[in-house]
Amino acid sequence: MPSNEVIQGLGLDDYKFGFVTDSEPVFRTRPGLDGDIVRQISARKDEPEWMLKSRLKALRIYDAKPMPQWGGDLSELQDTLDQTYFYVKPQEQMERSWDDVPENIKQTFERLGIPEAERRILAGVGAQYDSEMVYHSLKEEWESKGVIFDSIEDGLKNHPELFRKYFGTVIPAADNKFAALNSAVWSGGSFVYIPPGVQLETPLQAYFRVNQERLGQFERTLIIADEGSRAHYIEGCTAPVYSTDSFHSGVIEIIVHRDAYFRYTTIQNWSNNMYNLVTQRALVHQGAHMEWLDGNLGSKLTMKYPSCYLMGEGAHGDILSIAYAGDGQHQDTGGKVIHVAPNTSSSIVSKSISKGTGRSSYRGLCKVYDGASNSKSNVECDALLINETSRTDTFPYIEIDEKSASVGHEATVSKVGDEQLFYLMSRGLDEAEAMALIVRGFIEPIARELPLEYAVELNRLIELEMEGSVG
Amino acid sequence: MNDRPILSVTGLSARVADEDPDILKGVNLAIRPGEIHAIMGPNGSGKSTLAKVISGHPGYEATAGAVVYQGEDLLEMEPDERAQAGVFIAFQYPVAIPGVSIANFLRTALQARLEDGEELDLFEFQELLMERMELLQMDPSFVQRSLNDGFSGGEKKRNEILQMAVLNPTLAVMDETDSGLDIDALKVVAHGVNALKAENPAMSVLLITHYQRMLNYITPDVVHVMVKGRIVESGGPEVALGLEEQGYEKYRRAQVA
Ligand SMILES: Nc1ncnc2c1ncn2[C@@H]1O[C@H](COP(=O)(O)OP(=O)(O)O)[C@@H](O)[C@H]1O
Ligand SMILES: [Mg+2]
Repeated sequence: MPSNEVIQGLGLDDYKFGFVTDSEPVFRTRPGLDGDIVRQISARKDEPEWMLKSRLKALRIYDAKPMPQWGGDLSELQDTLDQTYFYVKPQEQMERSWDDVPENIKQTFERLGIPEAERRILAGVGAQYDSEMVYHSLKEEWESKGVIFDSIEDGLKNHPELFRKYFGTVIPAADNKFAALNSAVWSGGSFVYIPPGVQLETPLQAYFRVNQERLGQFERTLIIADEGSRAHYIEGCTAPVYSTDSFHSGVIEIIVHRDAYFRYTTIQNWSNNMYNLVTQRALVHQGAHMEWLDGNLGSKLTMKYPSCYLMGEGAHGDILSIAYAGDGQHQDTGGKVIHVAPNTSSSIVSKSISKGTGRSSYRGLCKVYDGASNSKSNVECDALLINETSRTDTFPYIEIDEKSASVGHEATVSKVGDEQLFYLMSRGLDEAEAMALIVRGFIEPIARELPLEYAVELNRLIELEMEGSVG
Repeated sequence: MNDRPILSVTGLSARVADEDPDILKGVNLAIRPGEIHAIMGPNGSGKSTLAKVISGHPGYEATAGAVVYQGEDLLEMEPDERAQAGVFIAFQYPVAIPGVSIANFLRTALQARLEDGEELDLFEFQELLMERMELLQMDPSFVQRSLNDGFSGGEKKRNEILQMAVLNPTLAVMDETDSGLDIDALKVVAHGVNALKAENPAMSVLLITHYQRMLNYITPDVVHVMVKGRIVESGGPEVALGLEEQGYEKYRRAQVA
């Protein structure tokens, strides 16, 4: 069958980025999941025996665990799973050139202000892009410092001992049903190692990885920041993910060793038929500092709670998240902080915007174990409702077994106020511009933490989403 | 001065949307280009209501009469259209917009005035902003703050005047800009308004105030007294001085009689 691209609904009301490539994949497993399929995946990847065993064990755990009954509505998920191809080897990327990318897609990119380099990757054009030179010089710099920045598959192949030492130690397969599923069928993702004392100024950006398997359905990322190191990793971007998949279930494991600092930024925009169920967790050791910056747009249902396990004395964890729930979407997001050691501190700042019939829920856990003396945690969640039909709820779980801990929680819900809209309009902004400015102001505390081009993208993307929300 | 009013309010009655009774009960007022009018009156007499009706606030509606601005039916225009046409209201109680800096907001407001496809020259904008802040003796860091978010009463008023100075209106309505300002700040604001006026002599001003003191620094051409939704007297600056001595008592009595 010839490669045949179908461009779906670029109209700005629905999911405007549905970019479907209807082509024969090089290899894919049959729909559904069993041990045979897991064996095929492992064989395709030429994996060592221990990994195959680990996958098969995870599959048994997955089969045994019931579907979660909390969070979002997963009642239709089993049907989706039965039809899912659990492994599709992506086709060779080089066969498409930038000239082949349809004009309206290019225009959408233009409108979003996506950097040229990234546009090409998103359009599946492959490795021939302008910043290749930039990437190469960065790569040389990273390599000279001993930094490993590979696909997860290459990580396993090229650094088997390091990989095995850490894989599954932060999020074991038995953690939850979807972690088990991911552990059985994972494919794609990053493997990162920052050696002791190495400090990186330039963020490690996943799209720099040439010819990567871009954000697979079951991406798996493993990051180790060794003692005293400092780095920032950026996954995805505010640009849409082109995918026909209706299920995405990633696992991100991060180990932040003593006195290290690591920030993980991810901003994702999924098509609105997608279930997005991700487990991301960091172990934060003595004196170390972990920051999650997490943005979720689109999807039918997202359940995602980045977490920090503060294992060593003085460890610090920050979780900043922004969620946007459009019509018919449910963003069930938040964060978890687990204080295990004394003098640990954490903060969660969660902001959500619900538009139309969109629903956003904040779900957070703050747990302080006995002995985690003088620990401090602060949670702040703000929800902004655009329409009368928009909905938000807050589920803060707080479990404290330590008397000297101090935990604060503050939640606000605001509606875009008529007075605010009027005030801006009285200075000459039309209603849509006024609304966009208010929303932009609302997310500003998160946007300012992003690298400039990402902040710009996030703002534009939300502006596009907001079109047609007034009047 | 041109004789045709820039703003003419005739027989205007207005109320809170869908709520009886009328707050304004037949207001008449004509401001010619370049004129400064003051409206004085006790609390609750309807001064802010008039300002809001002129601004197009959706919470108020006219029940009778007309408001014509530059020959057009102002009441038919959306608030943003009024602003684009040169109407500016310095509000008595402006709202806060968290996360939106004054600079960003003013840039957006100036951009909104341009034709589609035209881009605001950011360098010129910066110059203008700096120059206006200097005029109003404001610290440059002020415009990095979020709009009215956590502002003191005085800061809110100065922010309104800064916006006015940047947006350079044809008709400026200042609703009790003086209250909340100490005497030094009041002088600075008055000096700023006079400077704008000198720069743009055709600018008309409707100054709403509770006290005479603002009028020591900005000299009005006409002073109106509003009581219970009506203008009960109009005259020269001497009217304000009379009020200073006798208060509003005689108007109240006159109404009862
Ligand atoms: N939004 C409103 N809702 C209810 N009453 C209002 C509202 N706005 C004004 N009023 C009433 O209308 C009258 C005039 O108010 P206002 O115009 O603010 O007076 P002033 O500015 O002269 O002090 C007052 O009695 C006030 O309570
Ligand atoms: Mg008033």
